[in-house]
Amino acid sequence: MKIEAKNVNFFYGPDQVLRDISMSIKKNTVTALIGPSGCGKSTFLRLFNRMNDLIETAKLEGEILIDGVDIYNKNINVNELRKTIGMVFQKPNPFPKSIFENVAYGMKVNGITDKSIIEESVEESLKQAALWEEVKDKLKKSAFALSGGQQQRLCIARALAVKPSVLLMDEPASALDPISSIKIEELIYQLKASYTIMIVTHNMQQASRTSDKTAFFYMGELVEFDDTRTLFTNPKKERTQNYITGRFG
Amino acid sequence: MIPEKSIKSMRRQKILLARLQTITRTRYYKYQDIAFKYFGLFCTILGIAILVLFLANLIYTAGARLDWGFMTNLPSRKAAKAGIYTAWVGTLWILSLTTLIALPIGIGAGVYLEEYNKKGKLANILEINIANLAGVPSIVYGLLGLELFARFIGAGESLLTGALTLALLILPVIIVSTREALKTVPYTIREASYALGATKWQTIWNQVLPASMAGIFTGMILALSRAVGETAPLIVIGALAFVPFVPSSVFDSFTVLPIQIFNWVSRPQKEFSVNAAAAIIVLLSITFMMNGIAVYLRYRWQKKIKW
Repeated sequence: MKIEAKNVNFFYGPDQVLRDISMSIKKNTVTALIGPSGCGKSTFLRLFNRMNDLIETAKLEGEILIDGVDIYNKNINVNELRKTIGMVFQKPNPFPKSIFENVAYGMKVNGITDKSIIEESVEESLKQAALWEEVKDKLKKSAFALSGGQQQRLCIARALAVKPSVLLMDEPASALDPISSIKIEELIYQLKASYTIMIVTHNMQQASRTSDKTAFFYMGELVEFDDTRTLFTNPKKERTQNYITGRFG
Repeated sequence: MIPEKSIKSMRRQKILLARLQTITRTRYYKYQDIAFKYFGLFCTILGIAILVLFLANLIYTAGARLDWGFMTNLPSRKAAKAGIYTAWVGTLWILSLTTLIALPIGIGAGVYLEEYNKKGKLANILEINIANLAGVPSIVYGLLGLELFARFIGAGESLLTGALTLALLILPVIIVSTREALKTVPYTIREASYALGATKWQTIWNQVLPASMAGIFTGMILALSRAVGETAPLIVIGALAFVPFVPSSVFDSFTVLPIQIFNWVSRPQKEFSVNAAAAIIVLLSITFMMNGIAVYLRYRWQKKIKW
């Protein structure tokens, strides 16, 4: 198993946000996390690169294993961990710098200074993110000059440039128009060959199109976790059924 | 018994009256609105007009006095021979030294308070005190500078003492404006940097500070343009002396434009007040220029970065 969560409980101060969640994810698969707003799916996603550490009152019980290693162990260096777990956010958030510098930034903070290595990686990452053809002649231009969809693919390229093995995506297409959104979905499908992907989404069609497995969260609990096709066509729990058919949430 | 017809008409009259009242009331609000608009316009024009009159008067009295000789002459007992060479060189010295001292400390403190300081009792105490320090009268800073820098450290009546004192004076303003500039950098930028494995320092140095630099510099320049006109604290530390030479090191005594102006104004001869007016034009040009740079920086920054 690439990723494992074992009996995870999570708290913001006195509020319990996640309740006894266990989940195993295989290598090179796409797992979709769905559920109504506030169900804890984004919080759950942010456990895997320890982004929740930035919130002072956060507290975790249980274990999160990646490649069999407990990432909340005291000996783990958080910055090193985040280099192996890439993340793409809901709103495209490029740095106010050039396109090139955006992709190179991760390597720069990694201590890579060799120019030819950086240039090569930037090109490779942009190609992987299906953005190279559109930006190869304007790498020095500001990233803010790109459209929303291009910005989001730039953010994906930026995440890929540090060579992670896992990619976490927090509603990566929710701020984009339908065509840009489809491009991101196609990209997710291609990236699956090299990365293990977890994606939070509000869009049920998107979950069913892109993912191999789907987890349905409700009020901090993992209600159902199954093959995407099974979960959408033949859910075992009534709450899942009600949610995917649009009866609530 | 009152006939039903008259009750009806009384009611109608009442309704009519109420309508009339509403109309007069809305009309009253409208006039109130217009009146306030003109009152505001009057206030604005009054402020600007007084300033323009003052400037025009200055230029009228001293415009002819402003020549190359005035800029390059040393102070003299004869008004026609006296110049502001030592004063504006001293002002430049003070400005650069104050910047060198206040900028790193101010930015450092601002970054600490905004990025590292955990919210708590200590943070609150620090915050309230910095806000208070910004409001302390400048003469108090002068006395502090006299005791601490001139006497205790032994820097005497030197440029160094003056610059350290002015740096203290503008530090609260720089700290506050640094924090405001840092606050404008959205959290999502920090998040993106952390997610790539950057440390807190790398994030601040590579992303947060560059993105807020223009804001920090704007605050810095505005603070300096306040410092450039300060007179009281410098008089207190002993800068009100006859200095017939240009300083060549930070331990030399000095004079600055506002002190030279103060000096000339307090003399009985009328010719010296013309000198003072000419020096005021120079001082005002410096502050206007600095404010202009600040406005330009802010404008360019807003154009470049739109979150």
